[in-house]
Amino acid sequence: MALAGLGLLFFLLPLAGLILRAPWDQAIAGITAPETATALELSLICSLAATALALVLGIPLALVLSRTTGNLRNVLRALTTLPMVLPPVVGGVALLLAFGRRGLVGSLLYQAFGIQIPFTTAAAVMAETFVAMPFLVIAVEAGLRSLDPRYEEAARALGAKGWMVFARVTLPLLRPAIFSGAVLCWARALGEFGATITFAGNFPGRTQTMPVAVYVALETRPDSAIVLSLILLAVSVAILVGMRDRWLGTL
Amino acid sequence: MSLKARVKVNRAGFALDIELNVDEGETVAVLGPNGAGKTTLLRALAGLIEIEGRVELAGEVLEDSARGLRVTTEQRHIGLVFQDHVLFPHLTVLDNVAFGLQAQGHRDAKQVAHRWLARAALDDRASSMPRELSGGQAQRVALLRTLATEPKLLLLDEPLSALDVTIRAEVRRELSRQLASFRGVRLLVTHDPVEAIALADRLVVLEQGRIVQSGTPGEVTARPRSRFVADLAGVNLLRGKSHGDHVRLANGASIAAPEAGEGNVFAVIHPRAVALFLTRPEGTPRNVWQGETENIDLHGERVRVRVSGPVPLVAEVTPSAVRELHLAVGAPVWVAVKATEVSVYPA
Repeated sequence: MALAGLGLLFFLLPLAGLILRAPWDQAIAGITAPETATALELSLICSLAATALALVLGIPLALVLSRTTGNLRNVLRALTTLPMVLPPVVGGVALLLAFGRRGLVGSLLYQAFGIQIPFTTAAAVMAETFVAMPFLVIAVEAGLRSLDPRYEEAARALGAKGWMVFARVTLPLLRPAIFSGAVLCWARALGEFGATITFAGNFPGRTQTMPVAVYVALETRPDSAIVLSLILLAVSVAILVGMRDRWLGTL
Repeated sequence: MSLKARVKVNRAGFALDIELNVDEGETVAVLGPNGAGKTTLLRALAGLIEIEGRVELAGEVLEDSARGLRVTTEQRHIGLVFQDHVLFPHLTVLDNVAFGLQAQGHRDAKQVAHRWLARAALDDRASSMPRELSGGQAQRVALLRTLATEPKLLLLDEPLSALDVTIRAEVRRELSRQLASFRGVRLLVTHDPVEAIALADRLVVLEQGRIVQSGTPGEVTARPRSRFVADLAGVNLLRGKSHGDHVRLANGASIAAPEAGEGNVFAVIHPRAVALFLTRPEGTPRNVWQGETENIDLHGERVRVRVSGPVPLVAEVTPSAVRELHLAVGAPVWVAVKATEVSVYPA
């Protein structure tokens, strides 16, 4: 009991500190300050774009994962979940080495089209997708594995071809798993810092997302950092409240 | 329109190897205990698992492993009805029934689906979700969903066994009405003899992946060729070698039977022909053994008594006989069977 209380306190104290030490008189001004609005807007755009990208790439990946077996499956699983355990900064470095101007793919893109990815908004989206997509893949794959295969079999026996089975049976039945996976993915993308600052840098209005803004502000304007943190906290709590049935109920 | 199938499936610890022909207008029930391979057979015919062999439906070859030919499930024009409806939970009853029609590219899918529901007096549930239906309604909708696609082959996998006993009869009536008007090949698999006998014209008994017997329900139950069929017919089945006027069992015991013939035979004794006595009976019966009461079971007005001994048998007696004979589990008892009550046929 005592240890549990200590554990709870360990979570609550920093949050209490954030709220108690917040310069509330400046908070209102902070929220409406243009740089805050810019960072928040960029954060929302990037995290939503990252979630969309994760949905487009992650659902097919989860399908493949759920349908492979044996060693291949273990390898694929390890590869897709690696970004969950990899320090995000390392992820950022890896992205630079792949998509940087001298990177594996990046050099080709630059030579062929003159495209540079690093330190652009696209880079921020890619960094967030890299780190957050595994959460979606894992959730959707779990949903696929718990899906009764007879629904798809019944659909096929009724004459439905592959695409119709997927669109009208598999996908709708997966909706709860996709939804909770997407929310987890979005929350992770919203808080992404390490890979973003490494791969996308810190350019206000272009790559400076909220977490990056908090970090930068902490060195020069600690009060703004607290205000920005409070906003991120509010967004996180809002997600938690919105998802309470799914998270507090089942997870 | 008919089905000709030669199906071989080999898996770790299980092998299915059967030849099955079903004619148009005939309902065949594949009957067998759990694990006999019934569901595997249906899945093979539906194209859901790969087989060795050949499947031909209405003159069209659906599968021929020798030629590497295999028509996919969605192109087989089959209908598959599962034990528990498997209606799509996110679609309304109407959309469920329309699903197969839409898959076929039918333009008036919803109207046609509505007509099917109306004919089964289920049109008032058209906009319900599957979870709002009773078990019986859900299974009837599942049947309509399959029939609406007008399959050439209807495969029913224990269509009644997931239902409550109280509504089973109602769904069974509807099922046999629908089967009667269905133009195509009808195949049912079940472990429930009542379901099989009520719905099928012909029984095929499947045990451990092989057909052990087939024929009309009357033929099959009159001459059981396996323990499973003997149990469902409620008779004693013995197997032995016949020597003119007696049958010798594997354990050495001998049963007197007139005109038993020669060779390997089955001997069937109806439990009502097995008489029980406290002391060795005097008189005509030529088959008399001493045994021990193993088990006493009440079946309505009759009591079934399982007796161990040189020839283990089940006897069916009245409750008053149980009292008079002081029958109790473990008690010694004499068993007598008239030779004329033993029916013998070649194995």
